[in-house]
Amino acid sequence: MLNVALPKGRLGEKVYGLFEKAGYECPSLLENSRKLIFENEEKGVRYFWVKPSDVAIYVERGAADIGVAGKDILLEYKPDVYELLDLKLGVCRMAVAAPKNFKDDPRKVLKVATKFKNIASDYYASLGRDIDVIHLNGSIEIAPILKLSDVIVDIVETGKTLKENDLEVMETVCPISARLIANKSAYKFNVEAIEILKERLGKLV
Amino acid sequence: MRERENLPEKLSKLYESYGYLRFKMNKFEEYDTYVKNKSFLTSDNVITFTDTNGKLMALKPDVTLSIVKNSKEAPGLTQKVYYNENVYRVAGNSGSFKEIMQSGLECIGAVGLYELSEVIEIALESLDETGRDHVLDVSHLGIVSSALEKAELSEEGKSAMRAYFAGKNVNEAEALLLREGASEEASRLLLELMKLSGSPALAIPKLEALSKADDYAACVRNLKEVLSVVKSEKVRLDFSVMNDMHYYNGIVFQGFIKGAPKCVLSGGQYDLLLKKMRRNAKAVGFAVYLDEIEDAQTKESDVDVFVLFREGESVSRVAETVGAERAKGKRVLAGKVIPDGVSYREVIVIEREEKC
Repeated sequence: MLNVALPKGRLGEKVYGLFEKAGYECPSLLENSRKLIFENEEKGVRYFWVKPSDVAIYVERGAADIGVAGKDILLEYKPDVYELLDLKLGVCRMAVAAPKNFKDDPRKVLKVATKFKNIASDYYASLGRDIDVIHLNGSIEIAPILKLSDVIVDIVETGKTLKENDLEVMETVCPISARLIANKSAYKFNVEAIEILKERLGKLV
Repeated sequence: MRERENLPEKLSKLYESYGYLRFKMNKFEEYDTYVKNKSFLTSDNVITFTDTNGKLMALKPDVTLSIVKNSKEAPGLTQKVYYNENVYRVAGNSGSFKEIMQSGLECIGAVGLYELSEVIEIALESLDETGRDHVLDVSHLGIVSSALEKAELSEEGKSAMRAYFAGKNVNEAEALLLREGASEEASRLLLELMKLSGSPALAIPKLEALSKADDYAACVRNLKEVLSVVKSEKVRLDFSVMNDMHYYNGIVFQGFIKGAPKCVLSGGQYDLLLKKMRRNAKAVGFAVYLDEIEDAQTKESDVDVFVLFREGESVSRVAETVGAERAKGKRVLAGKVIPDGVSYREVIVIEREEKC
């Protein structure tokens, strides 16, 4: 039996759709919305919904054998897991955005508001730029408007939210999409089941 | 619980049976020992304090460095030592210092094929001592680095590639090789290595067929010779084992047991560390992370019998009951209230004798 951690929400439903197509369906999953764990014994899978940012933790600590997590989460928390496949779902990018006509003054420390503290720090360290990271948990777009920060580092999908707040993308940090991850130890002891699943999913993406 | 207490002893016995001598080290050492080779340590953080003479001292975060420092050198000589020590370092993602019990062994000096295969054999037997299903992943860093050299990647590219190896991240490795314009042949070799995993009997012929380059072939031959005497089915070739290439070279390995989410044993050849310490010898060794194993062990009850008696009970009656149970080889806890969180198999209640 493979324990699979799926990210709750829209992305998770798309991901489940992919698993279903690959032959790992679990019809009860879509029926009952209160339950958290769903099993299809015949197919050898047990799914559970968890908060998207927690998937990597479940997998790294072995509560789930495999899971699906966004690349943003993997880059931010650097869990010690195998990253087996790019599912090419939930495609977006991590980007630096700033108010229109913002001019970066390299003599000043750049104030960066973000949910992704490590990604922002790593990115600017690679450029050799001194920054002041302001860690926020949501509504990042408001930070530059209120002069809390100069720029933001956040996920950009369509750019609509940015536009509505008079912000625009300055740089792309990296592309983001959903990845199939596996616990290192669980992989050793379920190598066949996981490799077959990976192969079947791989054919669909 | 008993299992866990026994494991370090079982391991000690195992290591002694191979002629390894116990290495006992001080609780703290001069900070200097560690600072020069900081990246050799599992975590950078070391607990330091100033000794009465003003010297900066450190609570040991690692045993290997001290063993290497204390080892002697003579042509043809190999020193074999094992240890069972508490080390102090930041554990996992907790961000705080922990005292961690660690066992392991080091073989330093004229390390050759025999020594390497012996160490792998002992690593396998160590995993076996846990009583759990296990796997030992073996890799050869020489094979990986010769393949990396051929791809002529930038420095950042190389270090990203190492991370992709460790994460079996074929998708991103492909993208990187394309971006950096690596040759088709070199790219294919790297990607095939990443995907390769399996028993030596199956994987080594595949490895041999992948490339005929001299340095690559020499490393494959070395790996084949070392593994030729290791008969266990629990060995797998897997190039996701990526120890720090500044210290490790040649054969490296990681052990996993069923039920423990992280690797419980890690080691390999670290000739480069000795080179950095201006030493001429070679070395191989491994550490067993007892804390990770302990996590995976199902907890037995804390005591076998709880003897419950009332206030004012005659001392001799309680003592008799406890004595009788202990004589049966049981672990007995006597008290007036069962403490929270203590598990037991059975309870003996001493009833007050009816007074007529």
